[in-house]
Amino acid sequence: MELLLPGLGLLFWTLIAFLAVFFILKAFAWQPILSSLKERETGIADAIASADKVKAEMAALKNENETLMAQAREERAQMIKEAKDTADRMVAEAKDKAKSEYDRILADAQQAITQQKNAALTDVKNQVGALVIEVAEKVLSRELANKTEQENYIKSLADTVKLN
Amino acid sequence: MVSRSIKSLLVLAFSVFLLSAPVVAQHTEEAAPAAHAEASAFDPAKLIMEHIMDAHEFHFFSLGEKHISLPLPVILYSPQRGLSVFSYGKFHHGHEVYEGYKSEEGHIVPVNAAGEHDASITVYDFSLTRNVVQMLIALTILVVLMVGVANKYKKNGAKVAPSGFQNAVEPVITFVRDEVGKPNLGHAYEKYMPYLLTVFFFILINNLLGLIPGSANVTGNIAFTIVLGVISFLVILFSTNKHFWAHIFNPPVPGFVKPILVPVEFLGIFTKPFALIVRLFANMVAGHIVITCFVMLIFIFGAMSKVAGWGFAPVSLAFTIFIYLIEILVAFIQAFIFTNLTAVFIGQSREGAHDEAHH
Repeated sequence: MELLLPGLGLLFWTLIAFLAVFFILKAFAWQPILSSLKERETGIADAIASADKVKAEMAALKNENETLMAQAREERAQMIKEAKDTADRMVAEAKDKAKSEYDRILADAQQAITQQKNAALTDVKNQVGALVIEVAEKVLSRELANKTEQENYIKSLADTVKLN
Repeated sequence: MVSRSIKSLLVLAFSVFLLSAPVVAQHTEEAAPAAHAEASAFDPAKLIMEHIMDAHEFHFFSLGEKHISLPLPVILYSPQRGLSVFSYGKFHHGHEVYEGYKSEEGHIVPVNAAGEHDASITVYDFSLTRNVVQMLIALTILVVLMVGVANKYKKNGAKVAPSGFQNAVEPVITFVRDEVGKPNLGHAYEKYMPYLLTVFFFILINNLLGLIPGSANVTGNIAFTIVLGVISFLVILFSTNKHFWAHIFNPPVPGFVKPILVPVEFLGIFTKPFALIVRLFANMVAGHIVITCFVMLIFIFGAMSKVAGWGFAPVSLAFTIFIYLIEILVAFIQAFIFTNLTAVFIGQSREGAHDEAHH
């Protein structure tokens, strides 16, 4: 039975000791320990959160890079194609131009030839006309003697005409 | 403001009610210990009781009539005689009278000039008994260890990994916080953490030190558990809210059930701390009794015949070691249970507030 009877002294000292220990530990142990633990935990949580954020940013960056690359590749292909087209076009243009120039030169040459030929023909015609007139003049002035003489004369006149 | 002072009044009234009952009982029972004067050779029950009870000395062993023990300070206050402080050694193991007091079966009683018990004088015994001394040693160790750990946190900051003893304490603290505080107290847990941690480590270190052979059985003393229980009771009462009291005095049941339920609910306020007190006390006392019993068995058999005593020693020793290991586990479990149940009761008394905060 004595076991169940609390001793006044122990009651008193336990109360004093508990309160003393409570206030000492509260001020000098639990407060710093709990705040440190909390600080560390929030620090870790923040670190994890920021790591996730960085990861997401990295993924976004990678995506962006890939789209950029694809775009660049497309642009390059486009540029090559355009360059090729331009080159083809330039060659074709040069060819066309050369051909038209050739045609023009040819046409000019033909025109010049025709002109000169016409000029030459006109000259020949003029000379033949002049000759005929000269011959006719001479024939008229000598229309006297005989017929044979006449014919010889014409013949000699004709011989003098040198058709060059 | 008004509700707070009413609450304080209630707390005072209940705690006086709870405390006064056992102390009154102590006075009425004081006349008993005369009959125990048998001088038999071996009395295991008496030895076990001596082992688990409080005493005014650390008794190590006896050689024949010579007792090897460390006497502790006696502090007595009597309204008639005033304050007396002296060493228990002055009694010479209960054989002598000193300053008008003598030791009767380990209890200090006032005596008259003829050396007989003087019942007319009331004495309050505030002696530093072995339980008190051991508790103070345990608490000194606790404070030194914990403040040391806290200083390490302060010095290293929160970013450095814990090392040394800090490593051993940190999981226990986080366990109390995450398994006891947070689930039971919700958002308000931070306010109660210093109290819960103090209770936990206060009980734990006294449990563990009590397991050292020859040391006192501090947590297995009802006075110790009463103090802790009453403090828990006060904390629980100070955490109560309108919702809690409304539930007790006006439970949501049909009118004719109320006369039955109100007393039951009202008693419930007191059964909670009472259960805490008795649970810790009974568990620790039982453990100590079982261990001493197994050791005593050797001598009980030895008293029958020497061969039986020696023969039983290994069996007894094996059982003792087994129970000892269990007791180490129990030391942690009881500290946890006391803390956890306190947290549960605090949580119950705050329940309404918790709900209001949510809606």
